[in-house]
Amino acid sequence: MAIKAEHINYVYGKGTAFEQHALKDVNLEIEAGEFVGLIGHTGSGKSTLIQHLNGLLRATDGKLYYNGRNIYEEGYDMRALRSHVGLVFQYPEHQLFEIDVFTDVCFGPKNQGLNKEEAAKRAKEALTMVGLDESYYKRSPFELSGGQKRRVAIAGVLAMNPDVLILDEPTAGLDPKGRDEILDQIKRLHEERNMTIILVSHSMEDVARYVDRILVMNHGEKVFDDTPKEVFQHYKELEAMGLAAPEITYVVQTLKSHGVPIDTSITTIEEARDEIIRLLGK
Amino acid sequence: MLKDITLGQYYPVDSILHKLDPRTKLFGTMVFIISLFIANDIWAYVIATVFLASAIKLSNVPLKFMVRGLKAIVFLLLISVSFNLFLTPGTAVVSLGFLKITKEGMIVAGFMGIRLIYLVVGSSIMTLTTTPNQLTDGLEKSLDFLNRFHVPVHEVSMMMSIALRFIPILVEETDKIMKAQMARGADFETGNLIQKAKNMIPLLVPLFISAFRRATDLAMAMEARCYRGGEGRTKMKPLKYGNQDRVTYLVYVLYLAAIIGLRILRVQIF
Amino acid sequence: MGIIKTSKLIFDYIRKDEEENIEEIKRAIDGVSLDLEKGQFIAILGHNGSGKSTFAKQLNAILLPTEGTVWIQDLDTSREENLWEVRKKTGMVFQNPDNQIIGNIVEEDVGFGPENLGVPTEEIWKRVDESLKSVGMAAYRLKSPNRLSGGQKQRVAIAGVMAMRPQCIVLDEPTAMLDPNGRKEVVKTVHELNRKEGITVLLITHYMEEVTGADRVIVMDEGKVVMDGTPREIFSQVEKLKSYRLDVPQVTELAYELKQKGLDLPDGILTLDELMENLLPRFAERFPGEVILENGGSHGN
Repeated sequence: MAIKAEHINYVYGKGTAFEQHALKDVNLEIEAGEFVGLIGHTGSGKSTLIQHLNGLLRATDGKLYYNGRNIYEEGYDMRALRSHVGLVFQYPEHQLFEIDVFTDVCFGPKNQGLNKEEAAKRAKEALTMVGLDESYYKRSPFELSGGQKRRVAIAGVLAMNPDVLILDEPTAGLDPKGRDEILDQIKRLHEERNMTIILVSHSMEDVARYVDRILVMNHGEKVFDDTPKEVFQHYKELEAMGLAAPEITYVVQTLKSHGVPIDTSITTIEEARDEIIRLLGK
Repeated sequence: MLKDITLGQYYPVDSILHKLDPRTKLFGTMVFIISLFIANDIWAYVIATVFLASAIKLSNVPLKFMVRGLKAIVFLLLISVSFNLFLTPGTAVVSLGFLKITKEGMIVAGFMGIRLIYLVVGSSIMTLTTTPNQLTDGLEKSLDFLNRFHVPVHEVSMMMSIALRFIPILVEETDKIMKAQMARGADFETGNLIQKAKNMIPLLVPLFISAFRRATDLAMAMEARCYRGGEGRTKMKPLKYGNQDRVTYLVYVLYLAAIIGLRILRVQIF
Repeated sequence: MGIIKTSKLIFDYIRKDEEENIEEIKRAIDGVSLDLEKGQFIAILGHNGSGKSTFAKQLNAILLPTEGTVWIQDLDTSREENLWEVRKKTGMVFQNPDNQIIGNIVEEDVGFGPENLGVPTEEIWKRVDESLKSVGMAAYRLKSPNRLSGGQKQRVAIAGVMAMRPQCIVLDEPTAMLDPNGRKEVVKTVHELNRKEGITVLLITHYMEEVTGADRVIVMDEGKVVMDGTPREIFSQVEKLKSYRLDVPQVTELAYELKQKGLDLPDGILTLDELMENLLPRFAERFPGEVILENGGSHGN
């Protein structure tokens, strides 16, 4: 398995008045090639959790394994870990700094110690993956549109050729079309390159549509870890945590509560459409 | 780490000190700082301690919170204390090779340490009990006379107040960009000085861009809310001295008189 | 004539090089003529770059027309003597909650606008009290803005605008940077202000769920108004919206898909309740005795 977390605890500002137990005994296994959604309201610990997975934060307690090796053991190469586990932060376009798109994307591979040609090759691949062609290479990242900037930033992480890609709300602030474009590209990375994806999202609709498995965080604890269909059955508990289920879940649950013999594990529009048509015998 | 700095932070509780006019507190801080430099007698320090302790008590800010602010100056404190400890000539008490600690050195170092700690705690009482806005209002009003010399007092104090609001935001942002670049393999720790400076570019460029974007946004938001400089502006919280301020000024006079009196009357101890 | 009126409004972003030569002209608003009625809740939809934010900035005279005119209650925004009156009448709330709060304490920020207007001190306090109450943030008045959630910060920003006693509030993507709870909080607040205080609201957004309760929805694309109508009218044109890079709420889309499959449903279903009203009778017919029509514990979204 790619990632395994055992009894991870993380306490912010230990010993001060601001002490905060941000992660509480989190256990987790993520297999290579999975597409996992991570949800939780603001402050639930999900951002803290993903920063552990590539070693940016160190658990105050617990063990974390990457490909079977404990990353907290002495002499473990954290920088190597960061190139295996790519992390795209929220609003990643804020980290762009180079003179042109291409040079910016080369930053990661160069830090990995690749030579110029290799780095350029990686950058080209990465920019192609996010759908930016050569006409963008020499442009300043700062004159691009919001959606394009975001893609350059994602390419900057992809160019490091990670096996696991973690994205913290990659669609925040984008319009619906921009959102779908980014998510479709991520899905393609998963399917074509068999990349392990961890997607942090506030949109239950997006999660329901793309991921195979959902982790739900609440007050620093992992409260659910299952398929979207199973997790969204618990929509009332999710609501109590300040979350919700996809709108479609509410449609099928309401129908069910009126006695319609409908499958309540439905979470997407297409499934709901087909099921309703089937039931109504059209 | 940066979160430990309590200097310049406001502690929102209700207290007599919180209610005082910021000018009174500004002046009080000045009086206290001056008194520390005048004081050269154990009794003067006792009075200063009483003065400071009453201020802490009256501020309703937990002592623990203030002491945490000292963390930021531990290094400075250590340096100045050890300088005085080892470099004051006099009767040696302990000798460590070429270093020797003298009796005089111990006294001077002790007073120096106390002086520094009191200085920081004293001024943090002001910032802990005064909102940055009140503080800048206080400065603006106290420095009003400079307007006659075409110093843009209002503008400067507005800038200070905005800077205070954005410091925590930018600190957080720095942390975030740093982590984001580390996730791309950036290294901020190793290398020589030039290497290190060069490695800061991926942090500084985004930070500057973000600061400029925030500045533009903020300027627009201020204009949209009809901001047009200090002229014709009224105040939500205009500064007005009350009885408690008058009493406080009386306390200052008595306090300063006692400290000065002691200096004149008593023999110097160092 | 309504509270806001624009006539053949055109706005060009002009980029100049170092020698002041024109390098690029980008038309952001292209001939927009609109008449917005007082007291209404109006939503402007459009993808990023459709010109909707540029339009918003015209209403507060932050940007001035390249051609055409904008009137705020008879005041032409391009006349300099109207500038402050215009800004007083239309308050603006922006996208980034951090970059529009000036004060270091909630109540001081709300007082900032009235201070600029030269309102007497006592009156400022009254306005700050009322504004904070109207957005439900009275309990936070002494807090530092940095300690608030995104939704709360936006409510403070709205209070700051309300304290200037505007006729109209223009919110330029106020929810784009918020989480779902923050978005709901802000939209609910704005609806309440519209209903209780009679304030005209112009909400600019690309989140479809936020506009279902509006009186009027205007869709912009490439600087032009391309659709204009009630939410029902707009959302019944699913394909057209998608062609403008927009989306519809899931319930609306489901109803549309069902209709495509031959189910006879009305156009532009906006809410779960509406969908149920239309679906349940059919299920009751199909499964007699099993399906009950009356509310068996609706989940209302």
